[in-house]
Amino acid sequence: MADAGYSQSMLESMRIVEQTRPRRMEEAFPRLEPEEKQQLLEQFHPDYRKDTTRQLRVGPNAGDRMPHELVDLLEARSRLDPESFQIEPWDYQTDVLVIGGGGAGSSAALTAAEAGVRVLLVTKLRLGDANTMMAQGGIQAADKPNDSPAIHYLDVMGGGGFVNDPVLVRALVRDAPFIIRWLEELGCMFTKEPDGTMITIHGGGTSRKRMHFARDYTGAEIMRTLRDEVRNRGLEVIEYSPAVELVLDDAGRCCGAVLWNLETGEYLTVQAKAVILATGGFGRLHVAGFPTTNHYGATADGLVMAYRAGASLRFLESTQFHPTGVAYPEQIVGLLVTEKVRGLGAQLVNARGEQFVYPLETRDAVSAAIIRECTHRGLGVTTPTGMQGVWLDSPMIDLIHGEGTIQRELPAMYRQYQRFGIDMSKHPILVYPTLHYQNGGVRIDEYGRTEVPGLYVAGETSGGVHGRNRLMGNSLLDILVFGRRAGRAAAEEVGSVRLGKPTLEHVRAYHRLLDEAGIETDRVSPMLLPDYLGKGARRS
Amino acid sequence: MATETVNVYIMGKRYTVPAGLTIMKAMEYAGYRFIRGCGCRGGFCGACGTVYRLPGDYRLKVGLACQTVVVDGMHLTQIPFFPANKATYDISELQPTLGVLLAHYPELSRCLGCNTCTKVCPQELEVMDIMAAAMRGDIEKVANMSFDCLMCGLCAARCPAEIVQYNIFILARRLYGRYLVPEAEHLRQRLAEIEEGRFDQELDRLTALDRESLVALYNARDIEP
Ligand SMILES: Cc1cc2nc3c(=O)[nH]c(=O)nc-3n(C[C@H](O)[C@H](O)[C@H](O)COP(=O)(O)OP(=O)(O)OC[C@H]3O[C@@H](n4cnc5c(N)ncnc54)[C@H](O)[C@@H]3O)c2cc1C
Ligand code: FES
Repeated sequence: MADAGYSQSMLESMRIVEQTRPRRMEEAFPRLEPEEKQQLLEQFHPDYRKDTTRQLRVGPNAGDRMPHELVDLLEARSRLDPESFQIEPWDYQTDVLVIGGGGAGSSAALTAAEAGVRVLLVTKLRLGDANTMMAQGGIQAADKPNDSPAIHYLDVMGGGGFVNDPVLVRALVRDAPFIIRWLEELGCMFTKEPDGTMITIHGGGTSRKRMHFARDYTGAEIMRTLRDEVRNRGLEVIEYSPAVELVLDDAGRCCGAVLWNLETGEYLTVQAKAVILATGGFGRLHVAGFPTTNHYGATADGLVMAYRAGASLRFLESTQFHPTGVAYPEQIVGLLVTEKVRGLGAQLVNARGEQFVYPLETRDAVSAAIIRECTHRGLGVTTPTGMQGVWLDSPMIDLIHGEGTIQRELPAMYRQYQRFGIDMSKHPILVYPTLHYQNGGVRIDEYGRTEVPGLYVAGETSGGVHGRNRLMGNSLLDILVFGRRAGRAAAEEVGSVRLGKPTLEHVRAYHRLLDEAGIETDRVSPMLLPDYLGKGARRS
Repeated sequence: MATETVNVYIMGKRYTVPAGLTIMKAMEYAGYRFIRGCGCRGGFCGACGTVYRLPGDYRLKVGLACQTVVVDGMHLTQIPFFPANKATYDISELQPTLGVLLAHYPELSRCLGCNTCTKVCPQELEVMDIMAAAMRGDIEKVANMSFDCLMCGLCAARCPAEIVQYNIFILARRLYGRYLVPEAEHLRQRLAEIEEGRFDQELDRLTALDRESLVALYNARDIEP
């Protein structure tokens, strides 16, 4: 334990947690009443706090409240000077340009290529360096006899607060079993019974056990298979070359993008008859100062580019925080501690060893309760670097279910802590909410089409299908459903496309809007990569 | 403790950084801004393979930069890219056999059994044993034992027989998933039902429903125990 570098006050608090454990094992904390929950959220959930969001001043969503960090990027200037930037001659010409090499982008590229058109996939890091790679829990699909797409539909709508786009949800639940089949045909190894029956479990907010998984590396299994397939199909891929701006033609149709070679610093232009934007989410904006579970490249680039091109955004007022991110050790702050730990019986307790919330309240309520404990009540535990957290009493799991349960049921979690000298089956782990998922995004229809002709969006960059709150397991599903749909629709469209003269007039117009709104800034966006220089602490 | 510092040598240059940081955060602390060599930052993607040597030790060690803590006197460099061979294939036209593995990766049979790969694997996989299973054509064993592979490439970087273990493993896993695991009967049935249009009406009705009725239906759901 000495290895793990706990401070004196942490050690003391851990002793109290241990002492109170036998008593707590008998004790059930009451669930929140609806009014209590509402109050808790309004006071402590970052979404409800007025100081974490502000109104956007320009563009189709002017007046909407969004996190400051996102508004900062939407109210910034292009990296390109539209007056002087030369688009032609094009460096690349293709039929379908896919921007983003995660699950949505890869499935879109494969599907467009299946339809026989030329495809170019460009991405910011390596192909597969993406949130998709990090998903552990699973993917939903209603394919068991006691389940149906209609039941799945209700769960999605309820989870999202009944504001989800019904047309998108219908597509999601209807296509789900086909996505599972597609993945199996590609050779994904789902966890199954010996006779081939899928082993499926519950996730937060599901009324049927429809969470399919591949051990606890579901996203990695999907992503590496798709990446292998992209390479097998010989699709052209350009890595380390993020898109920095979309290009429209003089009729307002999206006809390509400008890329930036991260290594040489040169700009490259791509002409395309259709563009599919699949750049993922915004965890690395560290909304309201939170650490994040997201990969290095999750910086909202797609939102910025699509918005400048005239597409509208929705549901960005709500951000998904996962209540249990790592708060200690420092090296892995922000990483995910899966919900399963609470599912198996671990309680949340404060510095005094007291429970303060029913552990399986909805994610937003548990997050708010942890924040209240640390900020308002001053009952959090402080780490040597000044981070706050509460205990997740993981040793209870083996006490409840028998020794060895943690190692058997949570191998990736156990490994994650063991690497830093912490045995979570013997000692409680310190957690704090972490920024997990971008619930909203660019408005799309059921084929991934946006309001900008020729521009499609798929995956976490899009908004609508999950309403204000995504349920676990519906995002891996959404990226593949809409990745495939967008890929197919884009490929079908290219035959009839006539491109006009390429321009950055939309960028010029956007700059004018900023000027008219009196926004003076030298900030440029998209962000592309977060800046952690000289920090080395606090951020995962 | 947080205030202690250590010296690390990044590609030969000395930097003083807080003790306890991962190699990745130590490099950022020192002023490196990653372009390559950094992906998930959480031990899932394999982008951050790093070679290092500790003071007083002649041996080279490897690890993931996001999962390895710096040690005083550590010399390190990243291997952000490895130009490894990958065979291409149409998975729908293969068989799950040793012959298929060998046809795509003939170097498989050159494995010397030196165990270097096992020693370097940051996921602590039994890489050499998995290779032995591959040489026997035991696709199921290769698939299951290699499942936690991050494809970071460190094994291939150190292999004296110049084998790209992780690409052989993914071929085996895909063969296993596609051909050796029995089909899910319930999935086949559900696909047929959807194609017959069995759920269309119900979905159309739900899609058109007003919020109040939807909420009522939602609240009346029965929940599978
Ligand atoms: C730790 C973790 C666990 C999760 N667990 C689950 C789960 O169990 N079930 C579930 O359903 N969902 C889960 N999710 C959510 C889910 O994984 C993601 O929402 C989903 O994978 C997003 O897919 P995507 O293709 O839209 O984006 P990503 O997979 O993030 O891919 C986006 C890609 O675009 C690239 N990119 C970004 N900007 C640019 C640019 N300017 N130009 C070019 N390329 C760019 C990125 O580098 C990346 O490769 C989890 C997420 C995380 C982080
Ligand atoms: S950055 Fe992904 S494994 Fe280290």
